[in-house]
Amino acid sequence: MSPPIAPPGWSRWLVPPAALSVHLSIGQAYAWSVFKPPLESALGLSGTQSALPFQLAIVMLGLSAAFGGTLVERNGPRWAMTVALVCFSSGFLISALGAATEQYWLIVLGYGFVGGIGLGIGYISPVSTLIKWFPDRPGMATGIAIMGFGGGALIASPWSAQMLESFGADPSGIAVAFLVHGISYAVFMTLGVLLVRVPRATESVAGGGPSAGQGVQVSARSAVRTPQFWCLWVVLCMNVTAGIGILEKAAPMITDFFAGTSTPVSVTAAAGFVALLSAANMAGRIGWSSTSDLIGRKNIYRVYLGVGALMYGLIALVGDSSKPLFILCALVILSFYGGGFATIPAYLKDLFGTYQVGAIHGRLLTAWSTAGVLGPLIVNWIADRQEEAGKDGSSLYTLSLFIMIGLLAVGFVANELVRPVHARHHHVPAPREAADVAPHQPQQPESA
Amino acid sequence: MSHPTSPSSPSPPDRRPLIAFAWLWVGAPLAYGLYELVRKATQLFTG
Repeated sequence: MSPPIAPPGWSRWLVPPAALSVHLSIGQAYAWSVFKPPLESALGLSGTQSALPFQLAIVMLGLSAAFGGTLVERNGPRWAMTVALVCFSSGFLISALGAATEQYWLIVLGYGFVGGIGLGIGYISPVSTLIKWFPDRPGMATGIAIMGFGGGALIASPWSAQMLESFGADPSGIAVAFLVHGISYAVFMTLGVLLVRVPRATESVAGGGPSAGQGVQVSARSAVRTPQFWCLWVVLCMNVTAGIGILEKAAPMITDFFAGTSTPVSVTAAAGFVALLSAANMAGRIGWSSTSDLIGRKNIYRVYLGVGALMYGLIALVGDSSKPLFILCALVILSFYGGGFATIPAYLKDLFGTYQVGAIHGRLLTAWSTAGVLGPLIVNWIADRQEEAGKDGSSLYTLSLFIMIGLLAVGFVANELVRPVHARHHHVPAPREAADVAPHQPQQPESA
Repeated sequence: MSHPTSPSSPSPPDRRPLIAFAWLWVGAPLAYGLYELVRKATQLFTG
């Protein structure tokens, strides 16, 4: 399948909504928890069992992004979005069958395995295309798409809950809800498949941005052999681990911090705090990623990791003395968490060029999978040990918070070690390939 | 315009309606999600 080339006059502002239609859909994964209690009561599952489809989906996200990245680069964004649409929607349809027949393994297979492939391919599908259309603002462009992944859960969470309320939380009601999800997401993602275009070759940039396709180009195979790739892997892994450290325990953490004070936090208020953190996470994705276009990628990661460590330090040392300070620090940390996710594709583009940036991004996402295990493990394990030791309130988390500061310091050092990629790793295109690939440029000036 | 157009070549179609539709397509559900988020987040100050 050859990539869809933009006709003359095609606007690059049609590409972000194409990307958003995919990311807003697959972001539903983070709202899986809505289905857990109904599944547990309808099919007699434990909490661990009902989490299986989500866990498998995240594993498949990492694997398909890592191993499918080169295919995405070769076949183009329309192919990738079509695969994402088919897999993600089929996952829901298979799950609907599983719920209707009360065969839970079908839900694990459908949502977790098949849907998870859709997540991974969908996540990386628009990255390289957006960077090629917005060579002057790659941080902003990828920030819009990756913000969509955060936004997907915001949409799905109340929407799925309302659907389960309408159809019922019994097996047939859950089956109908899965069916409606599958069909709705297929329709919604179709916009992305239809709209996405790659910029035409041999066009010149009117907006004067840095030229995509020129300068350093490194293949995905070579990129993973460079120290720069592994430095960024550590940077992403540490930044995400630190963010998850707060996300994972946000509600109990704020409750424990102020339990013994004159202003305790109720369960309802703690839920509001978690929602506010989601907003900061989303805002950070677009806000900080766009800022990186102005101050540079290395500098923005200095802020994420350095100021992030400072915020953790403030929470650990004086967080329980002031609720506004605690909330502010947590919001800043979560905005850095989102920003770290959204800025990494542009950082990769700066170091490795646009040649196979989507595939390289896919491989780097294994850092996310690692952090997804590491972050909750550290925070939960330490909180449990501290509780056993008879500690309570904010002291339950002090050690975890200092460990997070240590992790951020490791990430900071890794970021400082990032240098331009050595020339021996540069990709030298064959003459025909150079003519086909080199100057992918947006052709339409009014949007610059 | 970066690509040359000759007097005889037809001008490219106006994409603005399509751009508006595409942004509305993704913007409407996102606005719904944000509205629900704000409703929930205010519980931090009222709950």
